[in-house]
Amino acid sequence: MDTAVTAKKKWWAGGYSPFNVSYGKLMMWFFLLSDAFTFGALLISYGTIRFSSQSWPDPNEVFKSFPGMGHANLPLMFVSLMTFILIMSSVTMVLAVHAGKMHDKKAVAKWLIWTIIGGACFLACQAWEWTHLFHEGAWWGRNPFPNVDGTQASTNFTNFFFTITGFHGLHVTSGVVLNIIILANVLKGTYEHRGHYEMVEKVGLYWHFVDLVWVFVFTCFYLL
Amino acid sequence: MEHTHTAEGHETAHHGDSTTKTIWRTFWILLCITVVEVGLAFLHLEFGFLPRVALNGVFVILTLFKAFYIVAEFMHLGHEIKNLIMSVLMPLLLFVWFIIAFLYDGDSWKHLRQNLKTGTPVEAPLVAPAEKPGHY
Repeated sequence: MDTAVTAKKKWWAGGYSPFNVSYGKLMMWFFLLSDAFTFGALLISYGTIRFSSQSWPDPNEVFKSFPGMGHANLPLMFVSLMTFILIMSSVTMVLAVHAGKMHDKKAVAKWLIWTIIGGACFLACQAWEWTHLFHEGAWWGRNPFPNVDGTQASTNFTNFFFTITGFHGLHVTSGVVLNIIILANVLKGTYEHRGHYEMVEKVGLYWHFVDLVWVFVFTCFYLL
Repeated sequence: MEHTHTAEGHETAHHGDSTTKTIWRTFWILLCITVVEVGLAFLHLEFGFLPRVALNGVFVILTLFKAFYIVAEFMHLGHEIKNLIMSVLMPLLLFVWFIIAFLYDGDSWKHLRQNLKTGTPVEAPLVAPAEKPGHY
């Protein structure tokens, strides 16, 4: 069948998908669009509250620990590592998608395994960070960190931090679960039998979206 | 549904090489931007380089660059047809209004709170000045 994309092609005249992607991929895009608005709403409400506050805790004072480094003052280091891990797992995911297009079953499995490892490492990092902050006295409804100007801070800071990073962590968790499911299917030969590895692409889209959200969370909570 | 895949099916080993190259190039771009962000944050911490407002502006712009590379290359949206690109990106324009309106609202609340705090001197008389007689 003719698939060349020409300028004159009548995309909306019937007979083709007007988006030149399968139904499943299109729906994944629409789901991600809705999810973008969910995260956007959370981050914008965080911004609104921060803009309406006289002062706010300094992220460099809050997030300055690194596992095994005791009380060393290392702002941004740990979260940079987390960012690196997530970007790296995005790369291995896109390599898995690419291998799928080449119908290279072994390579798809290999890169998916690396992606799962990356996701698990990220979750482990987040678990450590949450535990660490919890032991410092931070949790929903509790905020031991003072504002930049020295005044007592409200619990808005910790509430937003745990809610938004928690919601993102939940997305990472479900992404890892989805990756494990498709890895099992790859190993079983389901997609080889089906003739294409499109399911890897769809889950890949979701996984990159999780990385995309982290880019914004990283900026909003740790940099600004 | 098959016809949506044939184009991809024709990918040759040669094409594959250039794709892998693009993937790693995107990775290095993302990594470099992150390193620059962290570097700037440290410069600000240590030497007070760049005022806070300018720094935040730079962070937001760099973040949008990263988002662009992830969506265009990793999520492959840059290589889809225009119909799909527009369907995904146009609704996101709502964020422009969303961000401006809500942050402005937050800022306005901050000033209201400041002005209504007990002990804040009243800046302007609340009653309208009487109209000058003989104006008509």
